[in-house]
This record gives sequence, structure tokens and C-alpha cells, in this order.
Amino acid sequence: MRPEELLYAKTHEWVYVYEGGAKERIGRVGISAFAVEALTDLVYVELPSIGKELSEGKPFGEIESVKAVSDLYSPVTGKVIAANQDLPADLSALNRDPYGAGWLVEIEMAKDQSISHLLDYAAYQKQCAEEGH
Amino acid sequence: MRTPLSDWHASHGGRMVDFAGWRMPVQYTSIVAEHQATRTAVGLFDVSHMGRIFFGGAGAEAFLDTLVTRRVRGMQPGQVRYGLVTNENGGILDDVLVYRKPDSMESDVAYRDFTHWLVVNASNRDKILSWISDRPLPSDVVLDDRTEATAMIAAQGPRSGELLTPLLGTELLAMKYYTSRGVALAGNNIIVSRTGYTGEDGWELVVPSSRAPEVWEQLVSRAGLLGGGPAGLGCRDTLRLEAAMPLYGHELNENITPLDAGLDFAVNLEGREFPGAAVLRQQKSKGVQRARVGLQLDGRRVPREGFDVVRQGSTIGQVTSGTFSPTLDRPIAMAYVDTDHSEIGTAVDVDIRGKLEPATIVKLPFYRRST
Repeated sequence: MRPEELLYAKTHEWVYVYEGGAKERIGRVGISAFAVEALTDLVYVELPSIGKELSEGKPFGEIESVKAVSDLYSPVTGKVIAANQDLPADLSALNRDPYGAGWLVEIEMAKDQSISHLLDYAAYQKQCAEEGH
Repeated sequence: MRTPLSDWHASHGGRMVDFAGWRMPVQYTSIVAEHQATRTAVGLFDVSHMGRIFFGGAGAEAFLDTLVTRRVRGMQPGQVRYGLVTNENGGILDDVLVYRKPDSMESDVAYRDFTHWLVVNASNRDKILSWISDRPLPSDVVLDDRTEATAMIAAQGPRSGELLTPLLGTELLAMKYYTSRGVALAGNNIIVSRTGYTGEDGWELVVPSSRAPEVWEQLVSRAGLLGGGPAGLGCRDTLRLEAAMPLYGHELNENITPLDAGLDFAVNLEGREFPGAAVLRQQKSKGVQRARVGLQLDGRRVPREGFDVVRQGSTIGQVTSGTFSPTLDRPIAMAYVDTDHSEIGTAVDVDIRGKLEPATIVKLPFYRRST
């Protein structure tokens, strides 16, 4: 997945929206390379169980580094249909490939879910540049 | 405030934060990488934010002896001693290192007026300075706060001797732990002590501020050849926690006595008077209510300051510092718990944001260097 093709929440989660077999909209969610770099030294991630209902802007899990713990926020409302089961045992996937092997969950998005609140790549880059110093 | 090295840190990838009013680097690369470099090779730390307060005059030794929990009278030239400054209730105002000037510095004009000095925590420097002036400082004692006139650099790790001796001489290797000496470096006398806050062998250097950047750069480039490099406050914390060294504001504060903290070795009550001594005498005979213990967790979630320690459903204490130990590859913490529940091997839980995570009370320190 190329970062340019993704949408971003202000809280540094990315989402890739695609159409499933039954024409449902699915959002694959991860965290950005900027977020991984800011956290460094990752030690733990907690992901939700399948079937859990998530709400836009609400915490759905946590990610912990040596220094601190951070909540993971759902960029969209919907139901968890998959979680990256390999990730908790190998957090290095987040450093190596945050937009691929380091994905977190897939969410079947609520029918009325809009994506207009999400940032495109350029807008997100701008936000990161502002936060970076 | 900025140390003489703050600009260097910022321009070499240091992630800068405000720490006790100073611009300091948390890390340059990663906390874990810098931690491991210090354990296996050598880490270089800018610790210039620590307060350096010099004392002289005929009454300096007697005055310091009434200020700290350990004997200052009778310290040998070059000796360094860890002690506490306590208030009238025995609560800890700071933990400090007391230095008696080494013979090798007797001819150094820059330190001519002084016989002793204290290294205090950055966060407590103002408090200790006012505590001293409120005593008040006797007329036969002079004091000079040289924190900003000097820089302090710590070289820590098994290769720190290799790093420093080409610059400062092989006499360094003959120094005993917790001693200091004056060493000439290009016309300046610098103070070198075999001390540190990482659980490794190492030295700390007090250098005139104007010379600090060049000394630092020389050390950094040489450290790179030895597998080490600059290290930030992030790993300073993980290193000291593994070594079970208390940190002011976490394990130590004004509501904790040295005996609560298990620092009995740093309290000498025999024939001595200092603020809080009477309270400590009483506490010593009655025994303490709480104990500083180590916790090792089964899972990977990290206990943080203030989290409850729970045994069979009842809260028995609180975490004071926690981190993920790079050496043990699991979360560790220090905590105060009721002495009744402080036995090594006791199974407890830590309440990590509402979920109980199993832990065991383990012997401190978590890490002890070999040799």
C-alpha cells in the first residue's frame, strides 16, 4: 500500500477504503510511519476482538512504547471483521511496513459513514510537518 | 535553560524536551538502542542540568555535616558519598552526592576557595539553595552555585575506561568507585569522579562550560568507534530503573523518609544531628510501614507511576516508576507496598488502566553488572 493512496485521521491512523464481496465498504486501518517514528521502542499493542462495534473518533485499542502508552482511535464507525493477529508477537512489522504488514484491523463501515472528515495524504503531511517541531 | 551542549543535541537528532527547566534530549535514535549501547559499550550523557554547588571556608565541613544524613566530617580527600537532605519530619528534600576535594585539585586556582561540593537534582536545585540559605549559612562558610559555569558529562558502560583514558590518563583506572580526582585537560583542570546513575562502571566529568562542546565532540567521535555514542534521558531512566536506583519525584519525595525508601545505608544517626534525625531515630526503632520493592510483570503492558499494586483484591501500594526493561525484555517497576506484603516472591497484580496484570515482587536490583 502506498501512503499516497490512503486517508488519515488527525490522530495518525490511516485507513484504506475498499469494496467487499457484498458491496459493503471495508476500511483497513493502521498507524502512519510518522506515528511509529514518534512512538519508537514499541513493546505492546492491544487490538479489539472480531465483531466489536467501533465508533469514529473513539479508542479501539492501545499501543505502548517504553516511554508511554497511547490510545488507538477508530477513524470510522463500524464492526471489526479482522485484526492483525501476527502483529502483537512481532511489532517490528510496524517499523518495517506500517502501511502493509503492520496493519491493525479491518472494519466493515456503517452504511451512512462519511469519509469527508479524513485527511488526504497532502493534508496529513502538512499536519505532521507542523507537529514535527 | 540550556546546557552548553543543548545546541549540539538539537542539531544531532536529539528529541528535545523540557526537563526541570532545561532543554534536554530524551533520545537521539531509540531508547532501547542507547540503553543497550550503554550496557555493552559506552553511553555519553549530558548531565549538566544537575546542580553543582561548591562550599568552602573554615565551617564548610561542619555545616554540611548538619545538612545531610551521612557523616561529612571525616570524609577523605577525593571521597564521594551518597546522602539525603531531609526536612524536620525526616522527609526527603533531595538525594545528593557529597564530594570532598581531592588532593590532586589542591593547586587548582579555579577551586582554591572550596573544600566540598554537592551534586543535587536539577528539579531540586532552587529548593536546596533556599533550604541552605534559610538554615542560615554560617558566616564562616562560602557557597558558589557553579551549575551554569560548568558542564557535566557522564561516560557510562564497560568500555568507558577505554574511551576516557587516552584523553584523561590511565590513572583513571586506579580510581576507586565513589572517588574523584582533578585531571588536567589542555590547560583546564576538570573534576573526574567514578560515579554514575546507570548500574555500569563509569565516570562523570565536570568541565568548564566553555570547553564542554569540544570535550563532548571528542568523546562522541571516539565512543562511536567503541560501539557507543550519545545517550538521552530516556535510557538514563531505563538504566537507573534496572539498577533500582531511586529517582527524586518518584521513589523519593518530602513525604517519604530515607528509611521508607530502604536507604538505611545512607543514614547515619550515631551521635549526629541534622533536620529530621529525631524522627528517623524513632522510625528506626518502631520499624517502617512501607517498603520499596521491585515488580516484574508476566505480560507486556507497562506499569506506570501511580498505578495500584493489588493483592487478593486489596490495594497494598502504588507504583512509583515503571518501564519496559530492555535487558529483561519485560515490564518492571518499583513500588511502595505495605511491609506485610513485601516479601520476595509474593504474587500481586498491578491495576493497569482497569485491568489487573499479574506480577511478582522480586529482589532489587533487576540488573547487576558482572565482575
